[in-house]
Amino acid sequence: MADSKTRATDISYEKPLTGMIRSDRSPLNLKDYRQQGGYQGLEKALKSMSPNQVLDEVKASNLRGRGGAGFPAGLKWSFMPRDDNAPRPRYLVCNSDEMEPGTFKDRLLMEGNPHQLIEGMACTAYALGAEIAFIFLRDEYAVAAANINHALKEAYDAGYLGSNMLGSAFSLELHLHTSAGRYICGEETALINSLEGKRANPRAKPPFPQVSGLFGQPTVVNNCETLCNIGHIIAKGADWFKSLGRGDDSGTKIMGVTGNVKRTGLWELPMGTPIRELFEGCAGGMIEGYEMRGFLPGGASTDFLLPEHLDLAFDYDVIGKAGSRMGTASLIILDDHTCPVAMVKNLTHFFAQESCGWCTPCRDGLPWSEQLLDKIERGEGTMEDLDTLAWQCQFMGPGNTFCALAPGAAEPIQSALKYFREDFERHINEGCCPWH
Amino acid sequence: MAKITIDGISYQVDEGQNLLQACLSLGLDLPYFCWHPALGSVGACRQCALIQYQNEDDQRGRLVMSCMTPVGEGQILSINAENAVNFRAGVIETLMTNHPHDCPVCEEGGECHLQDMTVMSGHHQRRYEGQKRTFNNQNLGPCIGHEMNRCITCYRCLRYYRDYAGGEDLHAMASRNKIYFGRFQDGTLESEFSGNLVEVCPTGVFTDKTLSRDYSRKWDLQCAPSVCVHCSLGCNTSPGERYGRLKRVQNRYNNEVNGHFLCDRGRFGYDFVNHNERPLQPSIVNNDAKKEISSQDAISALQAKLSDDSICWIGIGSPRATLESNLALQRLVGAERFFSGLNRQDEAINQSLLKLMRSGHGETVSMQQAEQADAILILGEDITNTAPRLALSVRQAVRAAGRAKAEAIGIPAWQDQAVQIAGQDAHHPLYLSQSHTSKLDGLAKETFLGTPTEQARLGFAIAHAICPDAPPVSGLTKAQSALAEDIAKDLIKAKNPLLISGASYGCLAIIEATEQILAALSKVRKQSLPWLTLVFKECNSLGLALLNHRGQENCLDDAFQIASHSASNGGKKIAAVILENDLYQRAGTESVDQFFAALVDSVVIDYLPSSTLDKAEMVLPAASFAESQGVIVNNEARGQMLFPVYPGKGEIKMAWQWLHLVAPQTNKALADFADARSALQACLQAEPMLAALESVLVDPDLRYKGMKIARMSPRSSGRTAMLAQVSVHEPKQTVDNESALAFTMEGVPFTAMAAGQPSGGLMPFSWYPGWNSNQSIHKFLQEVGGPVKGAAAGVRLSLHSHPDLNTEWVEPPKKPRGKADHLLLLTTAQIFGSDELSVLSPAIAERSKPAQLSLHPEDANAFNIKADDLVQVSFDHHHIQLSVVIQSEQAKRVALISDTTPELKGHSEAWIKVRSLGTNPVIVSDRRENDV
Repeated sequence: MADSKTRATDISYEKPLTGMIRSDRSPLNLKDYRQQGGYQGLEKALKSMSPNQVLDEVKASNLRGRGGAGFPAGLKWSFMPRDDNAPRPRYLVCNSDEMEPGTFKDRLLMEGNPHQLIEGMACTAYALGAEIAFIFLRDEYAVAAANINHALKEAYDAGYLGSNMLGSAFSLELHLHTSAGRYICGEETALINSLEGKRANPRAKPPFPQVSGLFGQPTVVNNCETLCNIGHIIAKGADWFKSLGRGDDSGTKIMGVTGNVKRTGLWELPMGTPIRELFEGCAGGMIEGYEMRGFLPGGASTDFLLPEHLDLAFDYDVIGKAGSRMGTASLIILDDHTCPVAMVKNLTHFFAQESCGWCTPCRDGLPWSEQLLDKIERGEGTMEDLDTLAWQCQFMGPGNTFCALAPGAAEPIQSALKYFREDFERHINEGCCPWH
Repeated sequence: MAKITIDGISYQVDEGQNLLQACLSLGLDLPYFCWHPALGSVGACRQCALIQYQNEDDQRGRLVMSCMTPVGEGQILSINAENAVNFRAGVIETLMTNHPHDCPVCEEGGECHLQDMTVMSGHHQRRYEGQKRTFNNQNLGPCIGHEMNRCITCYRCLRYYRDYAGGEDLHAMASRNKIYFGRFQDGTLESEFSGNLVEVCPTGVFTDKTLSRDYSRKWDLQCAPSVCVHCSLGCNTSPGERYGRLKRVQNRYNNEVNGHFLCDRGRFGYDFVNHNERPLQPSIVNNDAKKEISSQDAISALQAKLSDDSICWIGIGSPRATLESNLALQRLVGAERFFSGLNRQDEAINQSLLKLMRSGHGETVSMQQAEQADAILILGEDITNTAPRLALSVRQAVRAAGRAKAEAIGIPAWQDQAVQIAGQDAHHPLYLSQSHTSKLDGLAKETFLGTPTEQARLGFAIAHAICPDAPPVSGLTKAQSALAEDIAKDLIKAKNPLLISGASYGCLAIIEATEQILAALSKVRKQSLPWLTLVFKECNSLGLALLNHRGQENCLDDAFQIASHSASNGGKKIAAVILENDLYQRAGTESVDQFFAALVDSVVIDYLPSSTLDKAEMVLPAASFAESQGVIVNNEARGQMLFPVYPGKGEIKMAWQWLHLVAPQTNKALADFADARSALQACLQAEPMLAALESVLVDPDLRYKGMKIARMSPRSSGRTAMLAQVSVHEPKQTVDNESALAFTMEGVPFTAMAAGQPSGGLMPFSWYPGWNSNQSIHKFLQEVGGPVKGAAAGVRLSLHSHPDLNTEWVEPPKKPRGKADHLLLLTTAQIFGSDELSVLSPAIAERSKPAQLSLHPEDANAFNIKADDLVQVSFDHHHIQLSVVIQSEQAKRVALISDTTPELKGHSEAWIKVRSLGTNPVIVSDRRENDV
């Protein structure tokens, strides 16, 4: 167990995802990437493995989706029809529309080591029999776009992409698509609609994209970080990957911390690392004069946890049991100098702005929540408003809405009402925000 | 069938549908917004939530959207569970946060689905205190009003307008709670089916501007079941009246004909009924001046004239008059002196269309069936302009290929969004053969552009490609032969191939070609008959053909000949009774003028001012469709009864009533026409092919608890005050002796009738307690999307097919030879403009385009005509000046001119010369204005 004063970056955990990335984050070119063992996974897959063996390896690795939901990647792939009669073309899409507030892990991966993503996607496409793949990139990630484009050219020229890759029978066209910029594009079916040139509204499931996705064809959408793992899993095997995790989950995870901590940033840590090691060991704890009151463990759309939860292992199921979600493992810290109502109002404003407007609870519910939070923050709220807010959180809950945006948006509100209720009540009783 | 339990009660329901459909078909109240019976489910509004339990021990259950959940065996469900009820109220409360609550000034009030659902969900106390968003509205043209602040973002407008009807100029813009449904900029909605937005929108965003102009609430409108008279399809309508003015037309659901939708001509074309120059009183010409006389005087005078043995009275019938009126005229003058009122070409086409329907080569199908066709050839008919509602059905048939693709991967047909995603651009093959570009081009696999004769030759070539027994066509280009082969392959392969053709080119060879293709298909396919839909020109063209199909030489031109012959040879004097017909629309001005000059007397029974009316010695004011009871026969030989919406003003009577009254006492043949029921009975006895109409003979004595069905809702207001400025004593309401419907609000609502002894055809408007909007229709259906409960006021006639009519192979027409220095003139039908009735409605007139000459660039070049030129078109003795459009998407060696051009009446094909008169001054001055 690492000393809490030690920087986690100093600890000799294996860091397959970020180990190659230079400290100045300048991108690895093809030569550098290969020198550090890059494209070995893809060569192994294409030369010595069948697509089913690749899929089985990923299944055995127990890699769970890094976009936030934690769905097992191999299982997701297995829903795609892959036999000889299966429809063609089939598509693979990398979800790099990283817009979750407080989350910037995919940016590091794409800016620092785009070939890692390309290799992961090529292996995945081989397993799926997908002949066309897209990277759906957040519009603001201009540096990533430039680096990916450069890497794509190198990969095509070297035969890692294109027709008959590395002399095999397999061919893959990989395209970079820069998004027009909407949070909802991170929802995989909204992403697909956007990629088709339609409004970025989510689609009804079923049918799942694996059956009827991009242009109505079988499609798998995976998060960027998920895909970056694939090359390593193929190169080094499922057992190696499983051994990386400290708890029940396999592999490593890029974890982040934002807020008034000594060092904000990203660190690649084994799954199951206690949150305290990330918070104190990597981020150095709070800056002087600030106390932590709580934190959102996985980006803005997760429930608050409290300092008492810091010793929990950062694993999907452990965090789930504690009443929140691991999400993107990007901590957002609430400190004692910050008004929790204002913080939640700010987040809700974001989600209300980013609603696609398709279903009623999200489209018209979130602006209403924002209006109530604004009213409370201004000291004009009533106790009934707290009841209405609580009702809204339930009303926008999972299953009641068309996609996960509104239920996610409700999570910080409902947990703030649970953990910081006295702060809400002080606003109402004192007729103003105590932090102003 | 599956057994499901809802709130403790077990039901047997059809599998394959969703729970919302099942609940509504069971008659249960479950609120919804984004679902629509014709548009399917998308799960956006979340309004139709109910609770599904895993098993009998499950007490909590799970909230599911009924529209997105398929029916499954053994499902345990609850609509009334507290959490479902609360959630649905929450949805209303949430979506109302931006609704302006402007019901008192909203045109939708009183028939608003949002109002109904709000009341149904129980939400009545608002918690939201924030600001509401406001939008700028757009001017969407003369038909549709726009008030976006009322929008609840159900997306139905967009899904209907774009996905269902193929419109391109309505968009969802912006996002979150600021989504805006509108055009990129102000302007008339381009779709011919835009009017349905009024009924598709669950609230008052899209409203009927023609109603708003002179507004009444739904509960104040007097309505009756009626049938559209603006083309031959016979869409069912429910017109509404107040203060003696027809105020609007709404769709009346008929699952076999128009379903939920009308075209804009049918919806907004009604205003001719309110024309301020309508004759309301009989009149005679006295010393060259028109003089109004009483009905009694008119009847006596005409009776005397008709009894004068020195005069031979002939009758001119009408394809827009009812069967009863046409037959009454036939009876008055005698069958041998009855003429159809169509020019020779139109009469020949009508009779050959009837003959084709009777040939037994194809099965004539309804629009609903047409939507099931999986390969379609439209030969020589621009249906968007001649039978618009059929174009909407063709669109659904073509789109259905996507549904088949989706079903193959387990997506049910009602899951609209998923079907479209899986289906992508999958289309059933549609082939178009026409002389110019049309709105269906974008859906077509291939479009052939040619003259009518070239199109007929393509048709013969297709027949030969299907069955080699059919004679080959010589002199085709390689491309034409290849196209014929492709079309033949797709038609043979299809399960239900559909041929659509019709009267609009007036080209017999095209009808022959259609028959050849059907005959070839029947011969090759053996199993089922290929499908056929023929388009006639007017609402009762086929009915008229049925009454007139036995005689020879009995069209308008024959009447002209008899009159002129008699006048010049000193034969018996000829006089004419002209029924609902403006002869100047049928024949050239000179011939009609000569005809009137040759007559010693003329009586016109009509409801609109016209040049024919001006020529008449006597005018009898007829009832329009809105004041008439009678049967018209649509293009698929469906006889449908229309009922008067309100009693006619002044001395207006139905034409058959006039004819009954003026018949000399010696003429017993009109004794049958004392009432509507006997009149119809006379029709079905007169022509065996009308026998099936027996079933629409609704008993006028039908009563529910001793009462008739009211044409108005019991909530109708202010009747006692309507004429208070004249007299405070409320007059006795007009009694309707002809049907089981009562004028105004006396009687029972149709709803009560439906519960007891239903007669579906008598539904004046769709209303049900708790369901004030037209969405109430599901309460009257056997199931969602199914037929109306009880007998319909329409029936498919059996057109006794006859082996003699089953012609053998015919030789194709020869390759046409052009006339040097001439172009072939073809008139083109216009949805807004060609119909003489609807064009008198201001909204339709505003949407009609000025006549233009359209040329192929090669021809324009040959005649040295440029795009901005004013062009003189010369034929016979006519010279017309027109502006010109030059477009490559049209046949070569052809000059296309809108058939609305007055000089072209009665000329459908002619060889013409065109000459440029230099730059068109109008265009140049327009430009100059734009530049400023």
